[in-house]
Amino acid sequence: MQKFLSIENVAMAFDTKRGRFEALRDIHLNVAKGEFVSLIGHSGCGKSTLLNLVAGLLVPTQGVLLCANREIRGAGPDRGVVFQNHSLLPWLTCFDNVYLAVERVFGSGEQQRESRAQLRERTHAALAMVGLTHAAEKHPDEISGGMKQRVGIARALSMQPGVLLLDEPFGALDALTRAKLQDELMGIVQQTGSTVLMVTHDVDEAVLLSDRIVMLTNGPAATIGQIVEVALDRPRERLKLVANPQYIECRRQVLEFLYQKQFRPAA
Amino acid sequence: MNITATVIEMRGPVAAECPVRAAPARLVVAPPPRRAGPMLKRVAEVVLPPLLGLVLFIGVWALIAKTGDRLPGPGKTWVSAVQIFSDPFYVKGPNDQGIGWNILASLKRVGIGFGLAALIGIPVGFIVGRVAVLNAMLSPVISLLRPVSPLAWLPIGLLVFKAANPAAIWVIFISSIWPLIINTSVGVSRVPQDYLNVARVLNLSEWKVLTRILLPATLPFILTGVRLSIGVAWLVIVAAEMLTGGVGIGFWVWDEWNNLNVEHIIIAIFVVGIVGLLLEQALILIARRFSHEYRA
Repeated sequence: MQKFLSIENVAMAFDTKRGRFEALRDIHLNVAKGEFVSLIGHSGCGKSTLLNLVAGLLVPTQGVLLCANREIRGAGPDRGVVFQNHSLLPWLTCFDNVYLAVERVFGSGEQQRESRAQLRERTHAALAMVGLTHAAEKHPDEISGGMKQRVGIARALSMQPGVLLLDEPFGALDALTRAKLQDELMGIVQQTGSTVLMVTHDVDEAVLLSDRIVMLTNGPAATIGQIVEVALDRPRERLKLVANPQYIECRRQVLEFLYQKQFRPAA
Repeated sequence: MNITATVIEMRGPVAAECPVRAAPARLVVAPPPRRAGPMLKRVAEVVLPPLLGLVLFIGVWALIAKTGDRLPGPGKTWVSAVQIFSDPFYVKGPNDQGIGWNILASLKRVGIGFGLAALIGIPVGFIVGRVAVLNAMLSPVISLLRPVSPLAWLPIGLLVFKAANPAAIWVIFISSIWPLIINTSVGVSRVPQDYLNVARVLNLSEWKVLTRILLPATLPFILTGVRLSIGVAWLVIVAAEMLTGGVGIGFWVWDEWNNLNVEHIIIAIFVVGIVGLLLEQALILIARRFSHEYRA
């Protein structure tokens, strides 16, 4: 399997007041180009830590992370991040929020700088991809939670990143909006062919969206417990999959891992 | 005329995309009130209490004036006020000018002193908030100098500048700079981590971080600092002018005391209060205009 994203022998420990806290150990993972991988596990198992390592926001205490055969050093637009709380700048319009990212990647000096008009076009295209052209001139406090999250996705996509990193992107939304955005995300990913790494705690979401589900054991010192291959054909339709035996089997495996093998009583 | 209430229901995609903050799905348009009653009631609720408070204040003042024999009452003071304000811009000599000139002179000093304080205080506040080492270095100095009474700075000003006007401006500067430094540095250190994460993930340049994220996020704090600062500056100028003399509202107060013209002193109190109130209101309007643009 071609390794687009490679996590080799990674461990992460934090120095806290109470001593050294080992969050992750022995993480080996390879992600192929265009693959959709979900990270799932109980709360506190280090899923977000792993995502932050891939994003370059943290430096691993052991091991190395490679993206497109280059070592990941620090954050960068080649890995687009969508946060759980949209993190849109409230004093900018939706358009300006996306433009900020576009300007950074395509408008500043390293390669040929694009003109203002080209940058604006890119921004409009990104917003159109998430269906928010009509909200371009609105401020974040004037749109709903789902719309804000879509702007966040548009911002990440507009940079045309190598990898799209999603940290529980739909966690703060209601079930109906979540379903709608999951379908939209599938459509966008199919259209752009992006490589995606998504953290979630929703089993159905993981099985519906991913090609592979990486399940982490309980923290501390969490590691990869099991990986489930989801070999369902794309495009996937929610209602049709409900009765699909393969879907049911994948779901069962994930649930079994989470609630039998790694069961943790509520704190 | 019979006007019935109209109910507007929003359906379909509009309702689905209805943002949280906007109107709910059912919009009820009520008819205008038939009688002037409810409207008048609202006006009365807003206007009457302050008016009542003012009347009470004037009443107590009149009472005190009548019982004692030193303090002039509201009536006499009003007559005097009319007289003063009927010719506010006369000039009879370098130290005898109309009240208009006095107020303007004081405002000018406040403007310069506050302007300098803002020019230096806000950037210092920014740096102190951002760079931890500088915060540790300057914090004790700031804490030491902040509680010093403005008037204690006056002799130093007179010593260094050897003239009344620059000394007064110096006193305003050193008294009003503290809220600007402190509020700005607090604002900068309180920028939510979310926005800084955005900056990291987009790998923005330091300049972009400053202009696109730090400045807008800190603006409400800076504006609060400005409001506090102007309040202090206006307070200080009156006291400083009393000691330095020249043209200005504070000097005028002291001069009228020397002339035992008590009505004028009372008028001066009102003038200082009203100008201070107007300055504050103007700044509140500015703050509202800028913070209206974004509510996180």
